[in-house]
Amino acid sequence: MQADRETLRKIAHLARLEFNPDSEKEMLDSVNEILTWVEKLNEIDTTHVEPLTHMSEEVNVMREDIAKPPLPHDRALLNAPKKDADYFRVPKVIE
Amino acid sequence: MLNPEIREKYEVVIGLEVHCQLLTNSKIFASDTVEFGSMPNTNVSVITLGHPGTLPKLNKKAVEHAIKMGLACGCHITRHSVFARKNYFYPDLPKGYQISQDKTSICLGGTIHIKTKDGVEKSIGLTRIHLEEDAGKSIHLAGEADTLVDFNRAGTALIEIVSEPEIRSSDEAYAYLTEVRKLVRYLEICDGNMEEGSLRCDANISVMPKGSPVFGTKVEVKNMNSINNVKRAIEYEIERQILEVEQGKAIQLETRLFNANNGQTYSMRVKETMNDYRYFPEPDLTPLVISEEWLTSIRQSLPSLPQELFEKFTSKYGIPEYDALVLTDNKEIALYFDALCHYTTNYKSASNWIMGSVKSYLNESGLTVSQFPILPEQLAGLISLVDSNKVSNSVASQKIFPAMLKQPSLSALAIAESQNLMQESDTNSLQTLINEILASHPQKVTEYKKGKKGLLGMFMGEVMKKTGGKADPKLTNELLSKSLNT
Repeated sequence: MQADRETLRKIAHLARLEFNPDSEKEMLDSVNEILTWVEKLNEIDTTHVEPLTHMSEEVNVMREDIAKPPLPHDRALLNAPKKDADYFRVPKVIE
Repeated sequence: MLNPEIREKYEVVIGLEVHCQLLTNSKIFASDTVEFGSMPNTNVSVITLGHPGTLPKLNKKAVEHAIKMGLACGCHITRHSVFARKNYFYPDLPKGYQISQDKTSICLGGTIHIKTKDGVEKSIGLTRIHLEEDAGKSIHLAGEADTLVDFNRAGTALIEIVSEPEIRSSDEAYAYLTEVRKLVRYLEICDGNMEEGSLRCDANISVMPKGSPVFGTKVEVKNMNSINNVKRAIEYEIERQILEVEQGKAIQLETRLFNANNGQTYSMRVKETMNDYRYFPEPDLTPLVISEEWLTSIRQSLPSLPQELFEKFTSKYGIPEYDALVLTDNKEIALYFDALCHYTTNYKSASNWIMGSVKSYLNESGLTVSQFPILPEQLAGLISLVDSNKVSNSVASQKIFPAMLKQPSLSALAIAESQNLMQESDTNSLQTLINEILASHPQKVTEYKKGKKGLLGMFMGEVMKKTGGKADPKLTNELLSKSLNT
């Protein structure tokens, strides 16, 4: 499988990543190099192998439904690039 | 208004996605409080805000609630499931992904039984019910350069109930939502409040020429805050889409918002491509395994469901379907009726009392059934007073019932006796009274005997006047007729 420029741009858009158009060729080559490397795995027949979703055997790590004190309001907003007394402020989403 | 003939040529295909906020104390993956109406950004934690290095931990109660809904709908419960990340960027989702379920939803299949207002009965298939976290709330104020974000809601436990595209009209959608809301309320897993957004519905709507083998392009409509608005939005969309198709235009794959003020939908965003969420298994959460024991204990904790109570009321108590439907609309009312039926065998009268006097009192006072002062056994006492002809129906509902509301500690009998409301059904004393009345109206008696039968009512009135309305009407009628016809 080889990615084309279209796919590269789409992936970049979905990840909200920007790159210099001059480096597009270099990016594409890198991505394809990775793809080729991972493709090596296709050599193994996995027909009857269940997908391995987790590296640990552990299951059902759960908590009881008990509410605990929240983060103090000022601490919650502390790292926000932009805020007011109540809210996080972000660039306008809908016009 | 669309020409009905043109409308007739098309078939409508609707699938509904219903999000229910689960009634848990804390969020699905964090311990912050779940509460509607708190000050902005006060019910948040580092997990909710997506701070680096934090880990989610699953709320057991949320899992149980989801399974309850699955069992109530006859779903297959997935015994081994994993959570998944649904990746997209939106400011109300601080992590850049929503924890949801993808390949292994906790409940698969199942059905919702509906009955439309025209009496059409149908089972709507469910695709799945899955668990996920709610997003925060974005506030877009006019004239404000920023969007304001409140994360109190972020991380609230949700189930999303996805129907198959088997709904064919706005009436069916209305019935489906009503049923879903009734179920979650019976199960006590969601308060079902669409105005506050604890139950939300997105509708996928498409139209196609009748008999077409392929569905038309679907449009997703959001932003309906009542079941009635879902119905209105669907009706508007059906007409809009048919008109577009009739004009030879292609339906756009898009998301539209409903405007309740004018009843129209308008485009919010055109979906460029589908399935760009790049789901993958959530590595921060362990797989969820539902053991047989756990499933059994959840099954045993299920309350009676509306359909079961409907069956019981119509078959065991023999009340009309209409009554059963009204009574089972609200769980508390249904259970009150069921309790009442333990103390009386006049089930129809029990149903009448609840649908009439009890419900109108509750409506007027704004109280819930649990706050209703009269216990089922006391109301049964009143029914039995009427049934044994000790008090008339009107005295029961107009005098004794209101008195019982004021003094819930007194029995119906005690009130009837203390207020002298017991019906006169002593044959001897009534007969004496009738003899006196007839003797004082010889002229009228003669007229009656000559054929003026309407005078019976006048004599009845006299008896009632003398007894202060307490004479047993049936008995009085009998005795009067007998006396006048001899």
